[in-house]
Amino acid sequence: MKPWTLTLAGVAVGAALALPAHAQELSFYYPVAVGGPVTKVIDGLAADFEKENPGIKINPVYAGSYQDTITKALTAAKGGDAPHMAVILSTDMYTLIDEGLVVPYDDLVKTPPEKAWMGSFFPGFMKNSQTGGKTWGIPFQRSTVVMYWNKDLFKSAGLDPNHPPEDWKELVEMGQKLTQKDAAGNVTTWGIQVPSSGFPYWLFQGFTTQNGAVLMNDEGTQTDFDKPEVVQALQFWVDLSRKYKIHPPGVVEWGTTPKDFFERKAAIIWTTTGNLTNIRKNAPFDFGVAMLPAGKQRGTPTGGGNFYIFKKSTPAERAASLKFIQWMTSPQRAAQWAIATGYIAVSPAAWETAEMKKYLADFPAPTVARDQLQFAVAELSTHENQRVTKALNDGLQAALTGAKPPEEAMKDAQREADRILRPYR
Amino acid sequence: MEDRRQGVIGWLLLLPAAVLLAAFTHYPAVATLWHSLFTTGRPNRPARFIGLDNYRALADDPVFWKALVNNGWYALGTILPSIALAIGMALWVDRKLAGRGWLRLAYFTPTVLPMIAVANIWLFFYTPDYGLLDQLRGLFGGAAHNWLGSPGTVLGAVMAVAIWKEAGFFMIFYLAALQQQSPELREAAALEGCGRWQFFRRVTFPLLMPTTLFVLVNAVINAFRLVDHIVVMTRGGPDNASSLLLFYIYETGFRYWDAAYAATLTAVLLALLAVLAVLQFGLLERRTHYQ
Repeated sequence: MKPWTLTLAGVAVGAALALPAHAQELSFYYPVAVGGPVTKVIDGLAADFEKENPGIKINPVYAGSYQDTITKALTAAKGGDAPHMAVILSTDMYTLIDEGLVVPYDDLVKTPPEKAWMGSFFPGFMKNSQTGGKTWGIPFQRSTVVMYWNKDLFKSAGLDPNHPPEDWKELVEMGQKLTQKDAAGNVTTWGIQVPSSGFPYWLFQGFTTQNGAVLMNDEGTQTDFDKPEVVQALQFWVDLSRKYKIHPPGVVEWGTTPKDFFERKAAIIWTTTGNLTNIRKNAPFDFGVAMLPAGKQRGTPTGGGNFYIFKKSTPAERAASLKFIQWMTSPQRAAQWAIATGYIAVSPAAWETAEMKKYLADFPAPTVARDQLQFAVAELSTHENQRVTKALNDGLQAALTGAKPPEEAMKDAQREADRILRPYR
Repeated sequence: MEDRRQGVIGWLLLLPAAVLLAAFTHYPAVATLWHSLFTTGRPNRPARFIGLDNYRALADDPVFWKALVNNGWYALGTILPSIALAIGMALWVDRKLAGRGWLRLAYFTPTVLPMIAVANIWLFFYTPDYGLLDQLRGLFGGAAHNWLGSPGTVLGAVMAVAIWKEAGFFMIFYLAALQQQSPELREAAALEGCGRWQFFRRVTFPLLMPTTLFVLVNAVINAFRLVDHIVVMTRGGPDNASSLLLFYIYETGFRYWDAAYAATLTAVLLALLAVLAVLQFGLLERRTHYQ
């Protein structure tokens, strides 16, 4: 035989060996841009799963941001090439249902242990995963908003470094002490910074929940952006910069907020628990993590992504997908995932694993987010979610930049949301 | 017989281009108009005919009007400066200079870069506090400014990117045109005692008119067509202050999946571009001197 025919034969044999009989290939869209440590964790988990479950092959597709991922999943589905499963924002549930793309888990789970698994998650995370009595998403990488504070700056401002603001009043008082100016009158350190670029509605939901307002109904057909409590909450956010002058003016970048914290340009910041690992690695000073301060009550929205199973797959593929998702969210794996990323481990059992206990022994900060879950509400999510959310974002940015007073901004946002949601009522 | 054969060959030669044009330009344009008369179909609610309702909704849509006005300013603010800059640069590198090749290359570089890369570079320039622009301002005691986060500066900031990107491209056309111009003209003008500005205004610029027309048509189209940097830099924000028509169409079509409304917007954009093209050719053709 000539050398090249030998090679060809070798390749053919190799390919035949690599594919075990009845191999099931499952495509899995996961929201992360190419490369980076998170893809390695996912690849590792997928490889472990394949080892334990011969006959199932997982093909993770790294699809960019959450936004890109849903766009790609929808486009692929319209082209008849939907993935078998995907991690997509919990708030995109209505969109996926309206497009008829996902199956409820209730149709897939059969055995009692499977049913017990469905009930094993923190109830706070299930609020964005269920509608109409069915469960459409399984929590995977979930977060809440938390407050990070710089203990050094607290000390130099004459405050107790171990006492973060407990309520809005304390937030303002402490913020005024923490805000520092240079000789020319320019602010060098802001007391408090809440980012408002990209998705301000999420952080805004912290303010509204603390003020006792609920932004939407359970059916996802009605929003209440122009309620007095909501307008008051926005007024408070605007006042932080306009009236009290302890918050940077205008729209604050989400991306550079952790950096502002590292550089001591902001003494207190609100951001996702997902930033915990980043801040722990990069903050050159002692910092604390706390629940958001209370208005009338404590409150934060949840956030992050759920597992969805797509409709356009055979029953066998759906069963295999379910198996993978169960495996990925088992206490052991959930703990592993939370430690690697900083997301909140999704089930109480995950917090009881030996691995998690060991991790918490020298770094107890993640428990803050877990304990805050009892005050957590569902993230804003409606039919036509992207559009309704944008209406609110536009209103918030208009108020924060001073283009419209809060009341007018919220009235306009509500009018727009009504226009969009009318066909669903 | 010979005539008919000629005719058949003619049609056959036209066929490939005609098929491609019909399939990828004319059919989609007509389909867009047709779809704009229906609602967007969803799995549980099929599309139904609603006549001009989408156009009525459009007239009531504040975001559309905002995007349209923004696009008007964007066109005005990018077309003239980039053409002026292109002529200036072309005149500059047309002279006999040491390192002229490098200079031309330097001016042309922005054009070669993909818009997404350009947007990311400029994103770094504009980053509040840490970006190049604020670092420079910081040297002179300026306070940090959120260029892309303030409604007052965001449109100007994205316009600067477009001008920076386009001027080099247009320069190439002007440079080619300048090199076609006969040096005798300059000598003759010099004999008549004509100054440099007068020579540019009376001779060079009129002779560049065919190029200017071509560049202008392209610049107008680009002002409505180039939105990649909006996607990367601002996503139309804050509060739609940097939303342009095509970006709004993209959002409606591929973020909200409202295909019918996106078709309506597209129809309006098509009409707008058609009117602009007719105006340009109609008005400027008469003032253009072809050699």
